[in-house]
Amino acid sequence: MTIAALAFYLFAICAIAGGLFTVISRNPVHSVLWLILAFLSSAGLFVLLGAEFVAMLLVIVYVGAVAVLFLFVVMMLDIDFAELKAEMAKYMPLALLIGVVILMQFGLAYGVWDYAEHAQDARAAVMPEGVENTAALGMLLYDKYFLLFQLAGLILLVAMIGAIVLTLRHRQNIKRQNVLAQMWRDPAKAMELKDVKPGQGL
Amino acid sequence: MADFFANTYLGMALVIIGQVFLIVIPLLVALAFLMYADRKIWAAVQMRRGPNVVGVFGLLQSFADFLKYIVKEVVFPAGADKVVFLLAPMISLVMALIAWAVIPFNDDWVLSDINVAILYVFAVSSLEVYGVIMGGWASNSKYPFLGSLRSAAQMISYEVSIGLIIVGVIISSGSMNFGDIVRAQDGNYGLFSWYWVPHFPMLFLFFISALAETNRPPFDLPEAESELVAGYQVEYSSTPFLLFMIGELVAVVLMCALTSLLFFGGWLSPIPGLPDGILWMVGKMLFVFFIFSMVKAITPRYRYDQLMRIGWKVFLPLSLGWVVIVAFLAKFEAFGGAYARWAIGG
Repeated sequence: MTIAALAFYLFAICAIAGGLFTVISRNPVHSVLWLILAFLSSAGLFVLLGAEFVAMLLVIVYVGAVAVLFLFVVMMLDIDFAELKAEMAKYMPLALLIGVVILMQFGLAYGVWDYAEHAQDARAAVMPEGVENTAALGMLLYDKYFLLFQLAGLILLVAMIGAIVLTLRHRQNIKRQNVLAQMWRDPAKAMELKDVKPGQGL
Repeated sequence: MADFFANTYLGMALVIIGQVFLIVIPLLVALAFLMYADRKIWAAVQMRRGPNVVGVFGLLQSFADFLKYIVKEVVFPAGADKVVFLLAPMISLVMALIAWAVIPFNDDWVLSDINVAILYVFAVSSLEVYGVIMGGWASNSKYPFLGSLRSAAQMISYEVSIGLIIVGVIISSGSMNFGDIVRAQDGNYGLFSWYWVPHFPMLFLFFISALAETNRPPFDLPEAESELVAGYQVEYSSTPFLLFMIGELVAVVLMCALTSLLFFGGWLSPIPGLPDGILWMVGKMLFVFFIFSMVKAITPRYRYDQLMRIGWKVFLPLSLGWVVIVAFLAKFEAFGGAYARWAIGG
């Protein structure tokens, strides 16, 4: 077995175990930590595929930012674990049923799915010669698919503005700091130094 | 023998392990003296003597501290989540150490010469926040929890501006490999060819963000003694606490290395004609560390809302604007291509 195969099985097992424990662990904070393990392992799989840029993005965006947010939210929640487990037991048969149905559907769809000889190659963008994959990705995103990329960015921007507008609550009758006014205050006008002799008051 | 090390898995593994030790052991020994230097500089600014009892001039003080931490008892708070409680300091130290795998100390003196080295360092340093959050949560106590929330929010906020500043440097050098970034700074004018000249304002932003990212004074709010005792580390004792402390200091030294690689030309010599080499790299790191210590000694601590305001309302727009400006300057090869070294082939 080569090192690459060994690393693949290590990352794959970690990813699956992480996903499994995310679902079944009792403590939600532990769930998020297992989820992080799953993210990191999939980043490792990307590195094995030769897509190191995507792997690093996965770590930076998902592990470094999104999962931290999850962790914040989950840590703040006040959850009754016993109640949660009872809920889970109640819905278990339905969940299992849906799971089995989806699995069967996937089986039906992918079982008979047949590719033409080189269909897979035609779908993927061809990797240019002598360029590392970060630069190749950049050329695709910013040259070939520039419009689609910008539109995706625009949609995300709209979503962000929407989220901010929905949650923004500007209260009128509270005191606020005016930072610029504070910084531009003249010390000479704001305070006065007095040399007080020992034993005397002002 | 050479065949064994070059072609068999065992040989290659031995070579890699040897290289890892070659980086980690000098780093940790240097760390002990850096800790001593930090305290001495701080003491000198305040006209104190600092550590002067253990060894000549107190040089062995850090080793004495180290021994003391090791032989103390590990205390678990009641109701603590033991596994996460112990995992947190380990993550903190490991994440600080593995970033060094891609840091070059000299031309081609690097453990792992990967294409996305700078993203790797950024990713790993964004993982450091987990040590803090997990430590604070697992302690099952209010002060560590508040401290860890503060610290995590602070680290995430300043990562954004650090990332944008790094993007500017990447645009200028056309590569994410540290070796290529340093080689792009090689020019005819010695120290004036380095990126601190074209990226001058960002040097300060990067330095201040690095202070905040590593929880150093004046941004050491997670452990603001007057408010939160010692932040997420309150419940830690003995070796776990030592791991946290070493992890923090390794992260500081990593930031020194990053500053010298990104803005001060790494191992390049400042005067044309003198040979380049590892000594320049070490010297630049020590210089940046000295500035870190001086800042710790001479600045008062920021208030938390001021810290957040600077991060999001000042640094983020400035660094984002700088990325746009650099992109245009690089595209049109302004100032003789100073912002697009890849375009002029130098």
